[in-house]
Formats: sequence, C-alpha cells, structure tokens
Amino acid sequence: MQFMLLFSRQGKLRLQKWYVPLSDKEKKKITRELVQTVLARKPKMCSFLEWRDLKIVYKRYASLYFCCAIEDQDNELITLEIIHRYVELLDKYFGSVCELDIIFNFEKAYFILDEFLLGGEAQETSKKNVLKAIEQADLLQESKPPGPSPQGRTLIGF
Amino acid sequence: MSDVVEKTLSALPGLFDSQTGAARITSRLRQLVKSITELTSKNEEESLIKQELSSMKEQVSSPNTSMMREIMVRAMYCEMLGYDASFTYIHAIKLAQQGGVLEKRVGYLAVSLFLNEGHELLLLLVNTVLKDLQSTNVIEAYMALTVVAQVFPKDMIPAVLPLLEDKLSYPKEIIRRKAVLALYKFYLIAPNQVQHIHAKFRKALCDRDPGVMTSSLHIYLQLITESPDDYKDLTGSFVTILKQVVGGKLPVDFNYHNVPAPWLQIQLLRILSLLGKEDRSTSELMYEVLDESLRRAEMNHNITYAILYECVKAIYTIHPKAELLEKAARCIGNFVLSPKINLRYLGLKALTYVVQHDAKLALQHQMTIIECLDHTDFTIKRETLELLFRITNAQNVTVIVEKMLDFLHGCSDEHTIIHLVGKVAELAEKFAPDNSWFIQTMNDVFSTGGDLLQQDVPNNFLRLLAEGSESKEEDDQLRLYAVNSYLTVLKGDASHLPQRFLQVMSWVLGEYAHLQESVDQREVIRLLTQLLDQRSVSSETRVWILSALTKISEGQTDLILDLAESLSSSQDTVLRQQAQELRQLSQDSQLYEWVLPRGAPWDSMEVDSSLSFLDGFVSEALAAGAAPYKPPHQRQEELCEDRALNLEPYSFSLPVSLSSCSITDRQSPTLLSVSSGLSGNSTELSQKAGSSTLILEGVKRVWGRDGYLRQNETTAPPVDEPSAAVQPSGQQEAAERLEPQPEPSTQNQDKLQLASSLFVGLGAGSSMSLLGKSEAPPPRFRKKPRPHESSSSSSSGTSERSSDSSSRSSHSTTDSFLYGSLLEEEPATSISAFSHTPKSSTANGLAQNKDTKEDRRANTSQILGGDMVIVRPNTFQDKHPSLVSSDLTALLPADLKDLPHSDVISLTSDPSLSLSSCRLFRDEALLLVILISNCTETVIKDVAVQLTCEELETASLRGNVMNCLEGNSTSVCHYALLMDEPHTNVSFTGTVSYQTQPGHTNTLSFSGTLSAADFIRPLVVSTEEYGKLWLSLSHDVKQNLKLLTDASDPLRTTLNALKDALQLHVVDIIGSEGIVACRLLSGAPCLLHCRVNGAALAMWLRSPHPALPDCILYHCQRALAQH
Repeated sequence: MQFMLLFSRQGKLRLQKWYVPLSDKEKKKITRELVQTVLARKPKMCSFLEWRDLKIVYKRYASLYFCCAIEDQDNELITLEIIHRYVELLDKYFGSVCELDIIFNFEKAYFILDEFLLGGEAQETSKKNVLKAIEQADLLQESKPPGPSPQGRTLIGF
Repeated sequence: MSDVVEKTLSALPGLFDSQTGAARITSRLRQLVKSITELTSKNEEESLIKQELSSMKEQVSSPNTSMMREIMVRAMYCEMLGYDASFTYIHAIKLAQQGGVLEKRVGYLAVSLFLNEGHELLLLLVNTVLKDLQSTNVIEAYMALTVVAQVFPKDMIPAVLPLLEDKLSYPKEIIRRKAVLALYKFYLIAPNQVQHIHAKFRKALCDRDPGVMTSSLHIYLQLITESPDDYKDLTGSFVTILKQVVGGKLPVDFNYHNVPAPWLQIQLLRILSLLGKEDRSTSELMYEVLDESLRRAEMNHNITYAILYECVKAIYTIHPKAELLEKAARCIGNFVLSPKINLRYLGLKALTYVVQHDAKLALQHQMTIIECLDHTDFTIKRETLELLFRITNAQNVTVIVEKMLDFLHGCSDEHTIIHLVGKVAELAEKFAPDNSWFIQTMNDVFSTGGDLLQQDVPNNFLRLLAEGSESKEEDDQLRLYAVNSYLTVLKGDASHLPQRFLQVMSWVLGEYAHLQESVDQREVIRLLTQLLDQRSVSSETRVWILSALTKISEGQTDLILDLAESLSSSQDTVLRQQAQELRQLSQDSQLYEWVLPRGAPWDSMEVDSSLSFLDGFVSEALAAGAAPYKPPHQRQEELCEDRALNLEPYSFSLPVSLSSCSITDRQSPTLLSVSSGLSGNSTELSQKAGSSTLILEGVKRVWGRDGYLRQNETTAPPVDEPSAAVQPSGQQEAAERLEPQPEPSTQNQDKLQLASSLFVGLGAGSSMSLLGKSEAPPPRFRKKPRPHESSSSSSSGTSERSSDSSSRSSHSTTDSFLYGSLLEEEPATSISAFSHTPKSSTANGLAQNKDTKEDRRANTSQILGGDMVIVRPNTFQDKHPSLVSSDLTALLPADLKDLPHSDVISLTSDPSLSLSSCRLFRDEALLLVILISNCTETVIKDVAVQLTCEELETASLRGNVMNCLEGNSTSVCHYALLMDEPHTNVSFTGTVSYQTQPGHTNTLSFSGTLSAADFIRPLVVSTEEYGKLWLSLSHDVKQNLKLLTDASDPLRTTLNALKDALQLHVVDIIGSEGIVACRLLSGAPCLLHCRVNGAALAMWLRSPHPALPDCILYHCQRALAQH
C-alpha cells in the first residue's frame, strides 16, 4: 500500500499515513486531487479508481471516507476488506466509533493503524492480537480508552 | 453548515464533561478543534493556526515532557490541516529520546508522521532507537521496532541490524513479528545489507506463531518475485501452509468473516503463482491445493471473492491444467455477472488477464462487456477498454479503436489519455486495415494525445514511415497518403494543433512532399512558412519546420532567401543558425546535393555516435592542460562526497565495527531486477507482439480491405447471419444462446451488432488456448529489421534485433525468419502435444526429478497441535540433477573443447526430446550450449531452437536449425551471450520446435537462469597496473563480508574461495590485504581491495561501471555464504 487517507464528506482530512517517501508538496497535491475526485463519485459507482499509475480503493462509512492507494498488481477487494477491518478495530476500541472519536483521538487511531498495518503491509490480521497490543501500551497511560460519545453518528451500524 | 459539523458542536460540551485525566492533557487540542469548526472562512483558520503555532513555538523548549506530548499532538493536527510545523520535528525526536514510555509513544508517532526516509534529522533518532532496542522494557523495544519498520536512514542499517537479528528469536511473538517487518523494510531499501540473513528468514517462516509466519511471507513474496528459481524448494512448504489454512487449522482469531486468514491465503496464492510460472513440475505440486481453495471459497462475501480472484490469476499463471482452467473460467463468470459493481470490475480485470491466454473466454461475456462499455462509471469503462485492447485483432480493430477514441474525446485525465493514446497507436500500427484508416487514426492520436503524448509514439510512427517495408511501392503509397492528409490539415486552421503533431507533419512534408507531383512545391513551402508565422508554434517546432523547408527548398531560391532573411534576425539562436545554413545551401546547389541528397536510402546514413572525429581535438586540449571529461553522474557523486556528513556511527555497545557506508544513492542490482520483475506482465505481452514480426504470407489478402468486418457491419446481427459458416464457432454458440430472446428491441439489436463486430475473429483459433501461445496476427506494417545497431558478435546473420513496433519491448530477439514456415504449420497440434505429455518419462532427468519431489514432500511441514504450523523447509542446492553425459566434449566443435565449462544441467524434456545445457566460458562471451537428445528410436525432423533473453545480447553460433536428428542421438547448438549491463541474475527462455511426423509440429519450451558470475572473467594485471587503474576508477562500494576463518590463512582461503566461484584474478596478497581484479567479459574492469578486519573481510570495490561493484559484491556474498 502506498498511503491511506481518511477524510470527511466536507473534504477535511482526518488521518493520513504515507508509506512511500514523498515531499510535503506532493502529499498536499495528491490529497487535494484525490479528495476532490473521490467526493465527486456517485454512491453507486464502484469503489475503485485508476489514478495516475495507482489504484485507489475507497469506502464511505457514515460521514467518513477511507481511501487507500495500492499498486496495480495488488488485489482491490482485499484492500477494501483491510479498510473494513480497520474500521472494525476502531469500532471495537472506541465502542461504536464515530467521526468525532477519530477527530479528538486521532493519535489513538494512528496507534491502532500502526499495529494493524506496518510499512504498508498487513502486519497482524487477528483482531484480538491487535487490540491486545494496543491495550498493553495503553495500560501505561493513566487514562482508559475513551468511552463512546453518544452524540456522534457511528460509522458502522451494528 | 452541514449536519455533521452541527453535531460536532453539540457534542463538544459533553465530551469535555465526560473526560477527565486524559482530557486535561489533550484539552488544548480539543479547544483548537472546536475553534476551528466554528470558523467559516479559510482566512480565519489560517490566522488561528498561525497564532496557535506561535504559541507552541514559545512553549516548545519546555522541559515538561507531558506538556511536550500535548504540543506534539497539536503539531500533528496542524500538519494534517496542511500547515507547516517543521520547527517541532526536532522536538519530536527529543521527546522520543527523553520522555517516559508515554511520551516516547507520541514522540515516535510524530517522527513517523513528520519525517520521510531521507530526512536528515532521522540520523538523530538512531541513537534513541539503539537504546530502546536494547531496553529490557518490552514496550520500549516494541515502539522502537514500530518506528524502524517505517522510517530509518538507509546508511545506518548496519548499526541496528545485529540487534534486529537478535529480536528474531525474542520470546514475545509481537517483537519477532515487528522485527521481521523491519527486516522486510530494510530489504526493500537496501537489499544488499540483509543478504546474509536469508537463513533467518527461513526460521521466521517456520515460526510457531502464525502472525510471525505471515509477516515473513512479505519478504518471500519480494524475494520470489525477483528470483523465483532460488526458492523452488520451498514450494512444498507453501503448499502445505495453504492447505492448513484452507482446512481451517489456524486459530479462530485469524478468521475474518468466517474465512480463515484471507490475507495469508492471498499472499500464499501469489507466491505460488510466481513459483509455478512456466514450471511444470512445480505447478504440479500445487494443483490440488488450488482446486481446494476454489472449492472452499464459496460463501458470498467480498473476502471470498478476493481469494477467488487470486486463485483464478494463479491458475492462469502457472503451467496450465485443463480441469482447473475450466473451473477458473466458470468462476470468472460469477464475477462478471454479479450485480455488485465492485465484483464486476474485478471480473473485467480477471478477464483482461485471462484473455491473454485464451481470447475465446471473452466471447462468453460479450453482452456484459458491451454493457460495461456504456457504463456511467469511468473506472468500469476504462477497464473494459483495457480488455478490448487485449482481444484486438485485424478484424475488429476499427471498432475497438473507434470506441477508444470516443472515450478519449470525453476524457480529461492526463494519465488516462497518455496511457490510452499509446495503446491506440500500438493497435493502429499492428492491425491497420489500410493506409487511409491508419493515417486518419494516427492524426486522431496526435491531435487528441497532444503534447502529453509519450515521445516514442511520434518517433515510432516516423520510423515506420521512413524505414518502410519490403515493397517500395506500398511504402510510397502510405507516405503519399500521409502527405495529402497533412496538406489538407494545414490548409485548415492549424493554430489549435499540438506541437508534436505539427512536428510530425513538417517532418513528413519535408521528406516526402516531392512524392505528390500534382501539388506545387511552392504551395507546400507556403503552408509551412505560414506555420512559422503563427504565434502558438513553439520554437522547437519552428526548428522542425525550418528543417523541413530546408529539405524541400531546392530550386525555390527566391522564396527561401526571403524566408532566411526574415529569420536571420530571430531571437532564437538555433533558428538564426538554421536560417544562415538555409541561405548558404540555397545559394550553392552543389553543396546542397552533397548535404541533402534526394532519395538516398534512409538507413545508409552513418552516425558516428562515439564522436571519434573529435579525438584529435580532445587530445590537443588535454595536452594543453585541460581537465579530462567526467560524465555527469560522476561529477554529481564527487560533489556529494565533498559535502557529505560523516555517517559513521559512534561506537555504542555494539558488536559490529563498520568500516564505512556508501553514501550515494546507488541502484543495487537486486533493485534493478525488482523493477524488471514488476513489469513482467507487460513485457510478456510485448514479447508475444514481438514474435509477430513473423509475417505469414498471404494473410493480408484474406483480411484485406474487404475483410469480414465490413460485411458484418452492414448485415444483420449474427443470429440470422446467412454466412454463418465463416463465423467462428464460439461466436455461433453465443448467438444461439441469444436466439430465444423474443423480438430483440432495437437497442438490443444495436448491441448485438456491436458484439458481432467487437468479438469477430476471437473464436477463429478455437484450438489455441491452453498454452496461450497463440500467434498474433501479422502486423500490417512490418518494419525492416534495422541495420545492426550494436556490434555484437557478428558471426551470425540469423539473429537480428527486431525494431519492435511496440515501444515497450525493444529487445526481443527474433531469429525466426529462417524457419518461419515451420511455426506456421498447425499451431494447434503443437499445443495438444504439450498438454498431453505422459507423466512417466523415458528421460533420466525427469525420473530423478520426481524422486526429489517425493523427498521434498516427505520433508515438509506437518501440523503439531491444533494451532501451530510448523514448517521445515529444506535446502536443495541443485535442483537440476545433471544428465549422464560425460562425453560433452566429444560433441563440441574442436575449437571449444578446451574451454572451461560448467556441469551439464537438464533443462526440460518430453517423451521425444530431452534438453540440457552447459555454459562455456570464453573470454569475450559466455557460450550457452544446448544439447538436444533424441530419446526415441525414430528420426526427428526439422528441429529448430529459439532462445530469448531480454537483458543479454544473444547470437546464435551454430546448429539452431537441424534437418534431422537420428534416434538416440544428441546434437548441440550454441549461443554466444554478451552482458553489457551488469545484472545479478538473468533468465532466458526459449522453445524447440520439431516434427516427429511430417506436418506435425511439436514445441517444447525451456527456461533457465544465468548469473553475473558466468560473465565475470579474470583480469590479469600487475600490482603497479592495478594501482594506476584503481586511482582512475570512480564508482566504489564498501562492505564487510564474511571471512572464512576455519583455515590457517583466512585471507588466502577466502580469496581462493571467491576466485573459484567467480573466476577472479588474485593480483597480490600482502600481509592482511589482498588485491583482486576481474572484468565483465572483455568490458568494464572491477577492482577489489580486501583487508582483514577482525573476523570480517572489509571489501572495497571500484569500477568504471556504477552497477558492477554491487553486482559482484552480491555474488561474493553468496559464494561465501554457500561455502
């Protein structure tokens, strides 16, 4: 995977993780272009997009778009499921995760991502193991993982 | 404002109340977020962030680390919004270094987000990472590993490597897992550095924890992509792991939506497809598990489709098995017909992949494909065009190209345009039905592609016009057509035309306007001059136009002088110079004749690319004290070296001592092979295209201007096509299936009609398929082979470098002209013979092969307990048991008998022929001898060998065509191979075609690998000469190698071991230092300077060739590792 972006329906960036070295200028340009392109797509269209020499795989959860860039030979469907597994992890950790959880605790979202994907490759696909690792590191912190924020719209409906 | 923001605002107070503790720390962030959401304009946001950043700047040097943590989080937020907070970078590193565990975590996170691989501040992190890796606190070690696996300075890898290696046997699996991924990362950025720990990767593959094992597969996928042959022995292990996963033997945690470890499955399927590619015996090992995977993945969920897709790809990549292919083809149907658009997209992608092997498959889905072609989703449309591109033939080319151009006209994305326009040009060149269509299409390509077009499109087009084909008459017709077409274009409004198009037009008019006798040359001159006056024309184009004018100016002195006059005051110096030349030429007709002879053959032009005519001038200048010329990359390197920091790490409590690190970003040979591996698919395709230079006489007459296509278009859909006899069988089937439809609507009829024109010709070769070796139809425009560009071993006339039409493959060797007629005959039978080869074989080699396979299976993994996968890979050094042929020398021509040679290894065999090869080391080339043994009693006729290797210069020396081969006899053919550019490993492929009965051609394909070591020759020099040469060389690489310490004189033993493995020349050994020299065939030298440094051998290599030292180093490492 080359990078992962999370942005809102308004086009605000919520999370960015780059697995290839790019200059800040390029990153900004890519983000701007991609956010525009993805937001312009209609809901019934497919979740894949050929963009420059990359494949973009994106999925919308409530108000948030999750967007990954992969290489041509990679498998689009499994990338879609990587996104879903990440959302599941966030959901389990925050308890019915919503966009606000990610805005206010974005460093936590990064920690979870780093535990799940490392250097652009799936590192640990067992949900239990990922959360165990995060909890262990969290134990050192005085705070418990934040509780659910009742007002936000949850990303997944279960 | 939108509802979400409103919700955000209303949620804020609640969040404040509910959070204590942690909330205090991040409350500044909350405040910041809150105030930003309240703002309405970008301006306000900017000023707010500016304020925030300046307040952060004030606090940033605070010693309070928990406050620093909070600042860091805010800095990350500001950066995410797109503001520059680079002043905090250094503090992020400090925080990781000084803070407690809590702060460290944030510090490391900030570092991984802020700093790129190449960022200079990363050097400051190394110390911290080293300390944490040695920490007794697991969490610290784990955080350090997380950051190492994301960003780490390449040059400092040796400093952490030993620590990482230790971590591979750490008790906690999470640490082992991260260490494996960190090593994977190192492998990607600096493959040579981790060369020596391959054995440990194997250990990781056998790890008792499935997570660690999964991580190690990332490395293996990479390694196997680069050199599949080195890992064939692991096939059994991978198959066993996959079997266990599919069989549900992993812990339930690894399930994802009830599917066992899908990520792992996909990774394994990819690895297997790489291993089984073009390798029958390896493929046989995996048929069963692939079948099982297909069968198990039946649930209707994205994840099962992801696995199925990978399965289908694997099945079509490895050596084909009819039964599996059938199942896979059915499976594709599930994708393509799915109502879910994502699956449909993947179905198209899978089809695009498989039609390269079997074009018929597209026929079954023609209606779906047509629907997708009109889909509103851009992505789907584009993928469909990709598919159509793959099934284009001489009959459907006009329809497909039309569709592609339609799409292009409505497309604004640069990358898509460049990509597709190139494809249109390729198709047009390959399949054009006639001149007018070709020129019209190319006009469209140039005007649509505009100046984004890749330069090789116009270049190829012009070359095609210039070089022409065999028949001068036809060439001139094409040229004349182009001239007419361009004159029409130029008479209209030319101001909007892209520069590239104008350049093409002016070149063609300059060269060929004289062919058009009915148009006055003055008119042409007038049109071109008019162009010169246009403002929109760039100065580069003006130069092209002026060149054209120069060529056609003969006899039109009056017009030309005016023109030269007006341009001689131009701002552009090049134009001014050209105008001067033009004036001179037009006044001196003798000079003109000499400089621009009319009608002289294009390829008789001699270009002295080495600029040897300047030699005298250069030596004069050198004698006068001028500095010798250095090529740009060398200058660049010297600049870097001057400015570079000292990157040697200070000695920590580290066991390693580093002699030096190479600073410059040199491409290592392994990296090079990665890229070639990646482009594998496309080169494969173009290889096939390359082989189509074989022109089949008479074909053009059948598919001429009145080809089937036109008839189809004008008549009714194929349902009631009277001339169904000419319809390919597959299409007939499709038509029959469509028949029951009551009264198709006109729209449907349109679609049917479209289908008949799109898919025409696909079923024609219904007997092709299994191997996908279908011959591409002959291109319409066949180019003349270009006169030898390089002075490779010129001993043979049969091997020629084809100047390929497709831009991507310029290196496919075709020596097929000689026996073209042989290949032509009944390609169908050759395939069936191939797929029905009995498994038991008379050939010795194959039987032995089977035995080793059994061994491997017996030795491979087994399940211990319910949740553990234990894999014991075994190492087989020699995968090719050597044939019993001690009498090789007897078969060789007298002049080659005394050459040093390798063992004979078997390449492949079938019931009639068995092939083996042997390498002979000649000074200026590697001779690859292919021994063809007839295993039967009967005579085999018309044996023809064809060898291809992309990276090497190949020349057939002898015996690649034989009229007959007696029963039980062996014949040899040999090739001279030259390596110009060093590659660590290169693979070659080839085919042997032969006839057992008249008119019954069989084909046997083979492949193999050659290593750079085969191309290294000793360089015999004296110590003094060595010294001089050393100083004159620029590219150097240093590395510590293993020293063979088990002997009394370690240095001598090690050097001798290297000498044996690599044919080096040991120049001298003085004390603890040794100097060694070698060269790449008779080309670039490489000098090695070795010094004993404790238990290691510090090696310093220099060569005039930038990639050669890396390459030699790689083989030295291997040789020592194997010792």
